[in-house]
Amino acid sequence: MAITQPLPLLTPEQMAEGKTGENGLLVGTLEMAVNWARTQSMWPALFGLACCAIEMMHTQTSRMDMSRFGMELMRASPRQSDLIIVAGRLSRKMAPVIRRIYDQMPEPKWVISMGDCASCGGIFNNYALVQGVDEIIPVDVYVAGCPPRPEALMHGILQLHEKVKLEHLDGWRDRKGGYGLRVG
Amino acid sequence: MIASDLKAMTPVMPADIAAKAAARMGDAVTMDEDGALVVEAAKLPALVRLLRDEHHLNYLSNLTCVDWPDRFETVYHLCSMQGGGQVTVKVAADKARPIVPSLTSIFPGADLQEREVWDMYGVRFAGHPNLRRILMWEGFAGHPMRKDWREAYYEQDQKPLKSRWPNGEFFFGEDTLSNWADNIKYPTGYAAEGLIDEGRADNNIAVIDAAALKLNPDIQGDHVIVNMGPQHPSTHGVFQMRLTLDGETVMDLQPVMGYMHRNHEKIGERNLWLGNMPFTDRLDYLAQLGNEWGYALTVEKMMEVAVPERAEYIRVIMAELTRVQSHMWGITFLLNDIGAFFTPMMYAIEERELILDLFEMTTGSRLMCNYMRFGGVAYDLPPEFMPMARTLVYDRLEKAVDEMDSYLTNNEIVRERMQGVGILPPEMAISYSTSGPVLRASGVPYDVRRAEPYGIYDRFDWDVVTRPEGDIFARYMVRLGEIRESLKILKQALAQIPEGPIMGGKKAWQIRVPAGQHYGRVENPRGELGFYLVSTGESNPYRYHVRSPCFVNLTALAEMSKGHKVADVVAILGSIDIVLGEVDR
Repeated sequence: MAITQPLPLLTPEQMAEGKTGENGLLVGTLEMAVNWARTQSMWPALFGLACCAIEMMHTQTSRMDMSRFGMELMRASPRQSDLIIVAGRLSRKMAPVIRRIYDQMPEPKWVISMGDCASCGGIFNNYALVQGVDEIIPVDVYVAGCPPRPEALMHGILQLHEKVKLEHLDGWRDRKGGYGLRVG
Repeated sequence: MIASDLKAMTPVMPADIAAKAAARMGDAVTMDEDGALVVEAAKLPALVRLLRDEHHLNYLSNLTCVDWPDRFETVYHLCSMQGGGQVTVKVAADKARPIVPSLTSIFPGADLQEREVWDMYGVRFAGHPNLRRILMWEGFAGHPMRKDWREAYYEQDQKPLKSRWPNGEFFFGEDTLSNWADNIKYPTGYAAEGLIDEGRADNNIAVIDAAALKLNPDIQGDHVIVNMGPQHPSTHGVFQMRLTLDGETVMDLQPVMGYMHRNHEKIGERNLWLGNMPFTDRLDYLAQLGNEWGYALTVEKMMEVAVPERAEYIRVIMAELTRVQSHMWGITFLLNDIGAFFTPMMYAIEERELILDLFEMTTGSRLMCNYMRFGGVAYDLPPEFMPMARTLVYDRLEKAVDEMDSYLTNNEIVRERMQGVGILPPEMAISYSTSGPVLRASGVPYDVRRAEPYGIYDRFDWDVVTRPEGDIFARYMVRLGEIRESLKILKQALAQIPEGPIMGGKKAWQIRVPAGQHYGRVENPRGELGFYLVSTGESNPYRYHVRSPCFVNLTALAEMSKGHKVADVVAILGSIDIVLGEVDR
């Protein structure tokens, strides 16, 4: 059906009405809609380092069921994923590899540092390990625990969702210090 | 098929053999106070051949090194497939120029272990075909396990990263440092380009033709080197396989590891004796309680502490529950690798969660239990443990295994992918020092629980599961059988467990271990886990070595994979069931 008359501008009261959905339509910003879509289908890279990876896989299986949050797909290729969960200790030998994986992910992209080793070196504080993955890639959410329980990881993911909902559409690269521009 | 096992065989007597061999070899061999044979470096191959050929010590269980103030001492532990204890052979090497003959021609299983000793201690093995670094990267300066090597971050005067917020501004370490930070000193004259040597067969970049590899000259066309890993969904973590391919056929395979190396052994030498217990959890993180038992057992032998009855039963119950959940994980990951992605896992992890609940209610943690102590266990079983464990063991788990068996074993795709692939003949399995399900699937009925019984395993009625084929399917069937045998042990242990104390010995905040050394081993889900500990009477171990079953089993990966397709290599690796925490340590 063609619209013959221009739609009248909405008053604030009418807009508030619209937000409740009583008129059959929802009003919001584009940013809100995009961020909502991003949080509801975040695809993590299939990437496990150590013990925490076991708990990460438990999070995906029947008892915890991460797919409630639109995350059932773990992508084996970083080029198809927008979230990397660094689950486990990061050795200096592995550090260039993880930086490369991060660089290969398309933007926008987020990082969860899962567990004590990835966040700060944990109990393995010696020459062979990077003392925290944030020395290599920018981290959005840290999840504490050795290893964190699956519930803790899900809490971290929900925190990330809250963070993503507040993001702006433009200037993603600037806020990350231009790091997305690098090619590995 | 369940073979009649080691009951009929006579286990070897290590003390007798050592005395006989020492007499045969004359002046070149002496016996030290621990009963170990100390041999001159030049006579080592002759002695090992003698032990292998005349005294049935056909299994090189462990190979490592100790850095004494005046010498390097390489240590070999040899076992017999007939069961019994091990004979220890030691070779002293000069501190300035340590060179020891390689045993790879006698025991191919020495390959990766000798490379590890070279990497960590800088002891050269004359005659080793491929003596390169294995856990650290090429170009790393120094050998970290040497006592005089100063650990960056901890022992140097100034920390390389002073602050990540120098002026209140956050910066990334990568911007200011190389990826390996300035912890690394390159040797003088080192150039990264020098590593690319066109003539070397192990080169990881250049494309190598058939003639250079001395492969089949009839094959026309280039061989292509493909790096699988370290980030690859099939590698069970961060393991790399360097494949030399002719089309889709694997001509050669080199395992590359160390991507999760944190030098567990160096940390172990820094820690107090008890402080190592939580670290053992993180070795093979699918078999936490098995690792703890191995370490506790070895220290208990050195301290001569007796473990109370109830604690022995609790240990058996915990170790066998660990085996059940670990094999369930192993089987379903193998199925993941051959294409049954995640569906079998959903079923297996449902059961695994219930076992982890038992761990959690007892120890307080699902994965990292930190439960065993020297002389017993830390906490008694909570009252709700027994009803839940009985329900699981008597009703639930058996049905779960039968269900898995009925869905998977006769599946056409499973059979096609597994049967006749990755065959490891029994002689080769023994000479490559493989252990656990990989060895038993090649028809060798060798299980440490039966060969050298520890704990109270000699009281239970159970069988060693073997299969004659030696292929992937056999390994799958052995794991399935072992879950059933574990449930059999669990039923007996749950019925017999007595009341009583859970800790033996006298209470001490800081334990002292008498000077001496011991190689203790347990049968973990993935094979023989050994701890070689040396004490000088100090509050921390002088040497702490872990003989990791996954690491040694990988030695045979190349032989199993040659001639198969790339997709089969994934399945073969899955059938070894490695855990990277233990491979790289």
